[in-house]
Amino acid sequence: MSNRRINWYKYAAPANFYPLAGKMIPFFAVPAAILFIIGIYVGFFVAPTDFQQGESYRILFIHVPAAWMGMFLYVMLAIYAGIGWAFNARLASMMAQAISTTGAIFTFISLVTGSLWGRPAWGVWWVWDARLTSTLILMFLYIGFISLQSSIDDVRRADRAGAVLALVGVINVPIIYFSVQWWNSLHQGATITAKSFKMAPSMLAAMLIMLAACWIYSIAVVLVRVRYIIREREQEAPWLAEAAV
Amino acid sequence: MFGWLVWRDLILAWRRRADVLATVFFFIIVTSLFPLGIGPERETLKTIAPGVVWVAALLASMLSLGRIFGNDYQDGTLEQLVLTPQPTYLVVLAKVLAHWVVSELPLVVIAPVLGLQFGLSENSLVVVIVSLLLGTPVLSVIGSIGAALTLGLRAANVLVALLVLPLYIPVLIFGSGAVQASVIGSSPQAWLLLLAATLVVSLMFAPWATSAALKISVE
Repeated sequence: MSNRRINWYKYAAPANFYPLAGKMIPFFAVPAAILFIIGIYVGFFVAPTDFQQGESYRILFIHVPAAWMGMFLYVMLAIYAGIGWAFNARLASMMAQAISTTGAIFTFISLVTGSLWGRPAWGVWWVWDARLTSTLILMFLYIGFISLQSSIDDVRRADRAGAVLALVGVINVPIIYFSVQWWNSLHQGATITAKSFKMAPSMLAAMLIMLAACWIYSIAVVLVRVRYIIREREQEAPWLAEAAV
Repeated sequence: MFGWLVWRDLILAWRRRADVLATVFFFIIVTSLFPLGIGPERETLKTIAPGVVWVAALLASMLSLGRIFGNDYQDGTLEQLVLTPQPTYLVVLAKVLAHWVVSELPLVVIAPVLGLQFGLSENSLVVVIVSLLLGTPVLSVIGSIGAALTLGLRAANVLVALLVLPLYIPVLIFGSGAVQASVIGSSPQAWLLLLAATLVVSLMFAPWATSAALKISVE
């Protein structure tokens, strides 16, 4: 990413960014794959069995990073969409579009793995806990953004409308979060909190490695996506015909 | 200009009374379906009443969102309004105010009657009215963002629901929280204050987002 920061203006043009992204993808994809393998190995074979939750806690090694990425990517999405709208930067809007799918997938993964973990740990697939509920709402926000963008045919309008929605959403996220938390404290009976358990160092290591892997994976996959989006949107551009060969 | 615009929208709505009544009847029908689905036990109904009334109000106000800008967009008036020297913020505020009077105020008026169906006490009915009075303007003004973003799109109605309902969640929580607090006998004051705070903040910021969205949709 640092490359783009130096020559911001040059690489803000899709024609220049497209080949650069193509070159950068392996540098993120390969480390992501390696880190995933290491993380899964440490998580499954090195980290000790938890004395309370048994083996099932190991699903958290994918659940926690996915949840973090889901939230973080929404902020990134709003930032890129905002830049694209404010400065009329096409590439930033394309980045926002590329991020939206990845973020939604991570949020979905965190919901699914969370309920898979909740079944043995809490005895239920789903509880209306503040964190679960706000993750679910985050998923709704992603779906809203994606469906708004895909239902507007004019690309320029789609980008800007998406930006307004993303920014409104990002302002609303803290409000939603706190309201859900207060709502949750109102209904005390239903609350089941995760018992905080002390982490063994190898558990923490697995978690951090998986987080790094998810992070780098996101960069790689967003770059792949943004290349497809550039190809789709710039179909008519002569440079693409040259570059595609 | 502000007053004129509100007056004009009110007259237009008066000439299409059937649309307004449809929203009110939708509200009534939805709330009446719940006892049929859940059963007539008084205690159960009392517990679910706050949520049912508020969710139905949310859905009813969402149904009418298309009308804020829809007709003006189709006949080109909206474009002229955006082009006027007055700030678009004021245009939005006027149209939202008119929409609230036309589509939301009847819900506030009818809600206590529906509350009686659910066996709420007088005390709770007052809280229902106050919470709806504070909460429904937020629904209108936040909903106007979604309405402006989806102007002229296919399947705009379904899309509005996807965009706007997640943003309605805080209002739902605060509003039904207030009613619920009064049902179980504690003070609803904290919830009502939160609702009022939401109202102030959303009145300040949401029209700005709506006017940005209008300019995008109209150009």
